[in-house]
Amino acid sequence: MYPATARATVSILERLGHEVIFPAGQACCGQMHVNSGYFKEALPVVANHVKAFEDDEYDVAVAPSGSCVASVKHQHPMVARRCGDAGLEARAAAVGAKTYELSQLLVDVLGVTDAAAQLGSYFPHRIAYHPSCHGMRLLRLGDRQLDLLRSVGGIEVAELPEADQCCGFGGTFSMKNADVSSAMLADKTANICGTGADLCAGGDASCLMHIGGGLSRQGSGVTTMHFAEILASTLENPAAVSGDVRLTTGRTAR
Amino acid sequence: MSGTFLGMPSLPVFGIGNLHEHEPFPKAARRELSNPQLRANLGHATRTIRDKRLAVVSELPDWEELREAGRAIKESVMARLPELLEEFEANFTARGGTIHWARDAGEANSIVAALIRDQDATEVVKVKSMATQEIGLNEYLEEQGIAAYETDLAELIVQLDHDKPSHILVPAIHKNRSQVRDIFLREMEGVDPELTNEPARLAAAARAHLRRKFLSAKVAVSGANFALADSGTLAVVESEGNGRMCLTLPETLITVMGVEKLLPGWEDLEVFMQLLPRSSTGERMNPYTSLWTGVTPDDGPQNVHLVLLDNGRSAALADEMGRSALHCIRCSACMNVCPVYERTGGHAYGSTYPGPIGAILSPLLTGITAEENNSLPYASSLCGACYDACPVKINIPDILVHLRGEDVDSKRGKNRRKRAMPSQMDVGMKAASWALSSGKNLGLVEKALPLGRLAAGPDRKITKLPGIAAGWTQSRDIPAPPGQSFRQWWNKEHRAAGPDAAPAAGTDAPGPESAGPGSAGTEENP
Repeated sequence: MYPATARATVSILERLGHEVIFPAGQACCGQMHVNSGYFKEALPVVANHVKAFEDDEYDVAVAPSGSCVASVKHQHPMVARRCGDAGLEARAAAVGAKTYELSQLLVDVLGVTDAAAQLGSYFPHRIAYHPSCHGMRLLRLGDRQLDLLRSVGGIEVAELPEADQCCGFGGTFSMKNADVSSAMLADKTANICGTGADLCAGGDASCLMHIGGGLSRQGSGVTTMHFAEILASTLENPAAVSGDVRLTTGRTAR
Repeated sequence: MSGTFLGMPSLPVFGIGNLHEHEPFPKAARRELSNPQLRANLGHATRTIRDKRLAVVSELPDWEELREAGRAIKESVMARLPELLEEFEANFTARGGTIHWARDAGEANSIVAALIRDQDATEVVKVKSMATQEIGLNEYLEEQGIAAYETDLAELIVQLDHDKPSHILVPAIHKNRSQVRDIFLREMEGVDPELTNEPARLAAAARAHLRRKFLSAKVAVSGANFALADSGTLAVVESEGNGRMCLTLPETLITVMGVEKLLPGWEDLEVFMQLLPRSSTGERMNPYTSLWTGVTPDDGPQNVHLVLLDNGRSAALADEMGRSALHCIRCSACMNVCPVYERTGGHAYGSTYPGPIGAILSPLLTGITAEENNSLPYASSLCGACYDACPVKINIPDILVHLRGEDVDSKRGKNRRKRAMPSQMDVGMKAASWALSSGKNLGLVEKALPLGRLAAGPDRKITKLPGIAAGWTQSRDIPAPPGQSFRQWWNKEHRAAGPDAAPAAGTDAPGPESAGPGSAGTEENP
């Protein structure tokens, strides 16, 4: 659904001089199946991911999603174990060990601390930032994504009240418990709109789709964007934003 | 019933009593969500306790070590529960107490009622207790002609209002003080008709009401927070002192306790006395901790009984993934941080145990197929706040997912036997499993992206979806799918451009001028 996020990830890594490989066999981490209790259906998805990524031709695997990376690291060995496949469990653990969430890779491995200086990142907008639950609590990303965003040229980061509260997505939770999920979303979008930001950034496309879907339905004019796209945005090639988004320079962009 | 061998039953004996949803969680939640007063009360109350807890937890440099110690002690207790129970029984009995073993709620209730009748009593005072709520003791005693008076202030409010508790620690969390005043005016004998909603006036009214009961009651019923195997000691941790009154004034004291409350000895209690108050009320220390060991001649109750309750705990213990739910010390930190609980309140969970711990504990005690309890493991967005807050590190999100798996698998068998139609979710998950288990399959599916774009229409968003997905579009749009997937872009544009298209290799960070050609985001929203 969000190819721009993956393209931005490629752009950032190549800009840093790294070779990016896209293993064609990959499809999905299978988290939706696992979190919905469909372990049997998750197994082939997990097995496919492990097969696609256990090659030695790369040093590390990266994904611009805290949730997917947490699934690869924590859930894959568990699914294999539950389905009684000890061999797959060990292989999944090995793949998980060299898989990183994007901000983890950028900060911990590649030493990026100043996106403007090291990546040429430029994004002249006022944003709010929502730290997604799985990145925050399963991967303990801390402020890695936020610090990277703060170091982008031209950016203005607004403080989001109750930022650590879940947006209410939760995969199939958003459909099975649509009323509770919607109530959580309403509080999140109210907090976002209250910051006066034109855009909410985050590190998980699924949460952003949820928040963005709510903002769109409410006709708020506020939109969402993955932090990778903001990091990839430069003065020459600015990221396109939808909606009426004011520039921090005072003009209005479309 | 005394001396009944607990053993490990060949088939699990599941719990009965107040452990069930009577309607699916989404339906109950929908009703509770439509109560704006409830949401306002709960939002205010949970936020207050949440902040207090965070403040007293962050001042301890060894909080994480304490949590780990709590987890390890509980794990070792579960691993040798039978021997610790026997050790406890021997010590408790040697000090003049009497032990009764109850397989389930029904056995526990009849044991307690018989003990009360032995004293020719028709009324008892009660210390706040989750175990007696779980087995529905008050309702059972009422049927037997015995009046049970709750003495914990919040339990009293709930009881006077003929309501049910909605929180483990703060049973009346769903009521504000004006509602409490109205309940007192309506239900409390001899209450001052000029009563205001000032907390001090409300507490004074309750105190006057309760003193009369403390002085007249011959029997008290309590739960227990901890039991120490090495000395046969029971412990109750509370804030108000009303529990202390019940534990010391009446001649007969009957305690009902789940078998999992055991600790090996006094040095283990030290860990939990640091974990519990901070996690529970957000205090460094609770005001009243009562400990008693059997009977002390001429001091306090002279007839001391303990009913050890299984009610599904052995079944939960037999579940390798789920058994750590028995580590729970009923602090309620998980519900105070839960975004679902904060919005639905405790009643939506049906059971005595609400919130995240209830969503795993209730189906573990009753079995996942009991009543509507199979909807409870889905009552979470898996945000993980509960696991972070849990003082004994129960991995609630992982157990929720495990129980979802148990639920799905139990229905697989049932549907096959009944030759029932698979659910929309089953069909969707199966199809997704095919599409997502190979890059080739997913690539084929991605060829259909333009169709989704067509469905979205000119405003590029989808506002209405059918079937189970309608839940999504009740409050959110879905953007039109992209014209080109990443895979298509990679194959056609990026890889086709060859390695030369990538910026020159090098570890030096390029400045803004040398930004590579692959700048993303630009092609996305034409």
